[in-house]
Amino acid sequence: MSLAGMSPPVTTPLRAAPGRAKRWRRNLTFDKISLFIVFLGLPLALYVTFVVSPLIQAVSYSFTDWSGFSPNFKPVGFANYVKILSDDTFVKAMGNNALLAIVIPLTIIVLSLALATMVTVGGASSGQIRGIKGAGFYRVISFFPYAVPAIITGIMWNLIFDPSSGLVNGVLTGIGLSQFKSFPWLGNINTAMPTMMFVILWGFVGFYMVLFIAAIKGIPAEIFEAARIDGAGRLRTAWSITLPLIRENVQTAYIYLGIMAIDAYVYAQALNPQGGPNNSTLTMSQELLSTAFQKGQFGVACAMGVVMGMMTLLFAALIFTLNRFTGGKDRITLA
Amino acid sequence: MSTTTVSRTKLGAGERAVAAGSHVVLSIWALIVILPLLWTLMTSFKTTSEIFASPFKLPARAAVENYSSAWTTAGIGSFFFNTVFVVGSALVLVMLLGSMCAYVLARFEFPGNRIIYYMMLGGLMIPIFLAIVPLFFVLQNFGLLNTLPGLVVTYVAFALPFTVFFLYAFFRTLPYEISEAAAIDGANEWRTFFQIMLPMAKPGLATVAIMNFLGLWNQFLLPVALNTNHDNYVLSQGLAAFASSAGYDVNFGALFAAVVITVAPVLVVYVIFQRQLQGSVSQGTMK
Repeated sequence: MSLAGMSPPVTTPLRAAPGRAKRWRRNLTFDKISLFIVFLGLPLALYVTFVVSPLIQAVSYSFTDWSGFSPNFKPVGFANYVKILSDDTFVKAMGNNALLAIVIPLTIIVLSLALATMVTVGGASSGQIRGIKGAGFYRVISFFPYAVPAIITGIMWNLIFDPSSGLVNGVLTGIGLSQFKSFPWLGNINTAMPTMMFVILWGFVGFYMVLFIAAIKGIPAEIFEAARIDGAGRLRTAWSITLPLIRENVQTAYIYLGIMAIDAYVYAQALNPQGGPNNSTLTMSQELLSTAFQKGQFGVACAMGVVMGMMTLLFAALIFTLNRFTGGKDRITLA
Repeated sequence: MSTTTVSRTKLGAGERAVAAGSHVVLSIWALIVILPLLWTLMTSFKTTSEIFASPFKLPARAAVENYSSAWTTAGIGSFFFNTVFVVGSALVLVMLLGSMCAYVLARFEFPGNRIIYYMMLGGLMIPIFLAIVPLFFVLQNFGLLNTLPGLVVTYVAFALPFTVFFLYAFFRTLPYEISEAAAIDGANEWRTFFQIMLPMAKPGLATVAIMNFLGLWNQFLLPVALNTNHDNYVLSQGLAAFASSAGYDVNFGALFAAVVITVAPVLVVYVIFQRQLQGSVSQGTMK
C-alpha cells in the first residue's frame, strides 16, 4: 500500500503525459480509494443535496401549481410564467432590477476606477511612477463599508435618511436648505430609487476600488513610463493604457455587480421592506419571498426564481459579448 | 536649457493641481465613508429623545444603557452567540471540506474531474434565489428547518463553490517535489494531505477563510428564509427584525447600539487582517 504512494500518478505533474488515466486505474489502492471517498464524496454529497438538487427542483416546480404544503400538484405548463409576466407588480419589480443592473455596475465601476487611478498613479508625473501620498490611508478607509454587513448598511442609511432625525436632512437644513426639513428620501417616489442606488454604491465602491488598485499595481511601471515618454497625459494613460490592461478585471466586476443588482434583496428589504412608494424600489427577490412564504404559491415563486436566473445569465452573456465586440478579444499579454 | 526649466516648472504647477484635486476627491469620499459610521457610533450613546431633538448634538451623557437594552431586551446577545456558533462551525467545515475537495480536483487526474469542477463553477454564477424555495423543503425533509445545524450545512454548501474554486488554483501552484518527497518517505495519501499539503496552503487558506467569514457573517437571505424561529435568529436577521419593530416601540438608542454591536466585530477583524484581506481580494476574485 505504501509502495503505491511512490508510483508515478502521485509524482508526475498533472500536465505530464497521455496514458495517465490508465496508470491512474492501475494504482488504485485502498489508501487512495478511501481518500477519494471522503475527500470528494462528503463535499459533493453536501453540494448536490443542498445546492444542485434544489436548483433543478426549482426549474421543474416552476411548471406546476405546487402550493408546497399539499403533496398533490399538477403540471400547468407555462401558466406560472404567463401569470407573473402579466402581473403588473412583478413586471414593475423586473423593471426596477433591470434599472439597477444598468446603473449600479456602471456608476460603481466608473467611480471606483477613478478613485483607484488617483490612488495608484496620481502621484508626481516626473521621476518614478508612484501613487498619491496617503494612498494606504485612503485604501483602508474606503474598504470599511465592505466590512459592514449589507443589512447593517441598509439599516444605518435608513436611519441616516430619516426625515426628521437623520443626518442627511440635518446637514441640508443646517446649511440653509430648509425645504429638506423632514424630506422623506425613501418615501418620495422620485428619490426612493436613487437613494437606494446611492446606498448600494456606498457599500461597494471601496471593495472594487481595492480590487482595481491591486490590478493596476500588477501592471509593470515601465509601461506607464513608456507612455509618459511618448507624451501621453494622465487621462490618455488611464484610457489607453490602464483600462485595456485591466479589462478582464473590469468585466468580472461588471458581472458580479450585475448579479448583485438583479438580487439586491438585502438593500431593498432594509430600506423599504414594503417596496417603497408606488413599488418604486420593489425587487423581484422581495416579490419571490412573499409569493412563496406568505402566499404559499411555490410554483409561481419558483418561476420567479427562474426568471431571475435567466436575467442573470442574459446579463452575463451581454457583458461578455459587449466586451468582445469592443475589442476585448484582442488579448493583450504582458511578456 | 531654459526651455526645459520652464516646462519643468510648468509641470510642477500642473502636478500640484492634479495632486491637490486627487486629494480633494479622495478626502470627500473618505468623509462620505467615515461620517455615517461615526455618526452611528455617536448616536448609539444618545437617548431616544435626544436623537429626535437634533441629529448633531452630542449626548448629554453616554447612554450606555442603550447597549445593555440592545443586548438583552432586543435579544442581540443571543443572536450574537447564535451567529458565532453558526458562522464558526460553518467556517471550520467549509474550509476542511473545501480544501479536501479542491486538493483532489487539483492534484489527481480522474474521470469526471472536469465535470465536478465545472459544476462547482456554475454554483458561483447562479443566484441563491433560484434554489431557495425547494431548499426550504429539502431542509424540512431532513428535519433541519429552523435549526442552527440546518443553517450550518446550508452555509457550508453555499460557501463551497467559492472555497473550492479559489483553493483549486492555489493547490495547483504548490510544487510537486514536496509531495513526492513525502511519498518517498512513506507518507500515505492522507498524511501527505494533512501534514504536508495543508500546512503549505496556509496563505491561501487564510485568504479564503477571511472572505468566507465576511460572507457568512453578513449572510441575510438564507437565515431569513430558512431560520424563522426567533430563538435561533442570527445577528443580521435579528437586527432587521429589531429595526422593523423599533418603528413601533421606538427605542432608537438601542437600535443604534445594536448596529454598533454588529459592525464592531467585523471591523475589528478587518483592521487586524487588513493586509491579508487587501491582498486576497485581488487574488481571490480575479482568477
